[in-house]
Amino acid sequence: MYNEKVMDHFQNPRNVGEMDNPCGVGEVGNMKCGDIMKIFIKVENNIIQDIKFLTFGCGAAIASSSALTEMVKGKTIEEALKITNKDVADELGGLPEAKMHCSNLAADALHKAIEDYKSKS
Amino acid sequence: MKRIYMDHGATTPLREEVLDAMLPYLKEKYGNPSSLHSFGREARKALDEAREKVAAGLGVAPEEIVFTSGGTEANNLAIMGVVRGIAPIKNHIITSAVEHHAVLDTVKFLGQMGYEITILPVDEYGMVSPRQVEEAITDRTILVSIMTANNEIGTIMPFEEIGAVCREKGVYYHTDAVQAIGHIDFNLREQPVDLLSLSAHKFYGPKGVGALYVRKKTKLKQVFFGGGQERKLRPGTENLPGIVGLGRAMELAVADMPEKREKLIRLRDRLVEGLLQIEDVRLNGHPLQRLPGNVNVSVLYVEGESLLLGLDLKGIALSSGSACTSGSLDPSHVLMAIGLDHQTAQGSLRFTLGKDNTDEEIDYTVEAVRKTVDYLRAMSPVYRK
Ligand SMILES: Cc1ncc(COP(=O)(O)O)c(C=O)c1O
Ligand code: FES
Repeated sequence: MYNEKVMDHFQNPRNVGEMDNPCGVGEVGNMKCGDIMKIFIKVENNIIQDIKFLTFGCGAAIASSSALTEMVKGKTIEEALKITNKDVADELGGLPEAKMHCSNLAADALHKAIEDYKSKS
Repeated sequence: MKRIYMDHGATTPLREEVLDAMLPYLKEKYGNPSSLHSFGREARKALDEAREKVAAGLGVAPEEIVFTSGGTEANNLAIMGVVRGIAPIKNHIITSAVEHHAVLDTVKFLGQMGYEITILPVDEYGMVSPRQVEEAITDRTILVSIMTANNEIGTIMPFEEIGAVCREKGVYYHTDAVQAIGHIDFNLREQPVDLLSLSAHKFYGPKGVGALYVRKKTKLKQVFFGGGQERKLRPGTENLPGIVGLGRAMELAVADMPEKREKLIRLRDRLVEGLLQIEDVRLNGHPLQRLPGNVNVSVLYVEGESLLLGLDLKGIALSSGSACTSGSLDPSHVLMAIGLDHQTAQGSLRFTLGKDNTDEEIDYTVEAVRKTVDYLRAMSPVYRK
């Protein structure tokens, strides 16, 4: 059902875990399936230096979070905000139709983390 | 990698003996049972023999068996057929919240068509009590359809007592026994059941073939139209290789039952014991009144599909809820009906053991679940030590 790239992210998730003293935290729940994702970011000079995630969700949700963190690391806030759900799915080489909504979690959680960062700074 | 199959509730492998019985009807014995020539007669004979075998397995007469394309069709035929046979004199149907969609959605459809329907809630173990059924029956009730054993959580219903209530009230009783064949003793001459559905691929027979038992004199009409096969109740040229396979599988299932049941219960209890030693794992379904090979657990703080994927990577095949539900996003209606919250239902796994599973496989599985759970909990935002 999932391609190799998705399975690779599922088996070897990048940047998984909690972060001490993050600059921003974003948590979103998927209204459809009840899955939850949390993203932590560390920002310096407008650049996302570090990013971590925690996910309670399906394989696609875990892979999406992992892929997103790789895409975001080292980007400026503006660049990161441009990342869409579709970009995440594309980065994974596509997701099954029924699983497209899972990639939404990742971008949404990131946007929330950035909002949180902005509201604090 | 060695693969371990623990999804026998989804389907079972075809037994060698069943395949052997079927092969001639896929090859040289290709006649149509309705034909009068020698080819047809040879096919007719096989059809009759298979019918006798299925009837013998249930303790009924061969004329009471109608072959179908499986459990789904048998359930549809039972419900729609009786409604067609009796309505509009009466208009009320009773079922339970934990039925397979082949029953539940058929009844809900009738509800949309203007019939009166009652979907009985279940207790925390997934049981319906005879008392509930008794209270729900009115003088307009046509049929009660309550399954023999649940496909997801394995709970065995008090189907004989429910049937007895129906009989006393003069209401037809249908039971979906798709998961029960080969595990539960049936002697339908003694048991108060009017209609019973079964499906060959759940007991080491082929896919796409099943049967409906229709007690003599039950007012049932066909739901689609065509030739005169199956006493017109199920028109269409018979799936003879499948039906022959069903007959053989039934024979074997009944013969092996005592031995298989004992083995499955032992393996099941070993698996339950191992899984419950993992922190925050709970058993779903009835602790005792459950199918011999069924283990359903909720693993808190992790989601079922990712667990399933992780275990698949370790060679273990099982399901999260029913295989049929995994295409949808809603957690299983059965787990919701027994009162689990959304998140707990999301993290459920169903192991359904079969006759060839071993103790070593059980032990390997428990370890694999433990590792996968640890791995996923480490990345779960809802699990913090
Ligand atoms: C309880 C129950 N009823 C009905 C069915 C449907 O049977 P079939 O796949 O033969 O249509 C199943 C199979 O998943 C089942 O478990
Ligand atoms: S199904 Fe819930 S995030 Fe994928």
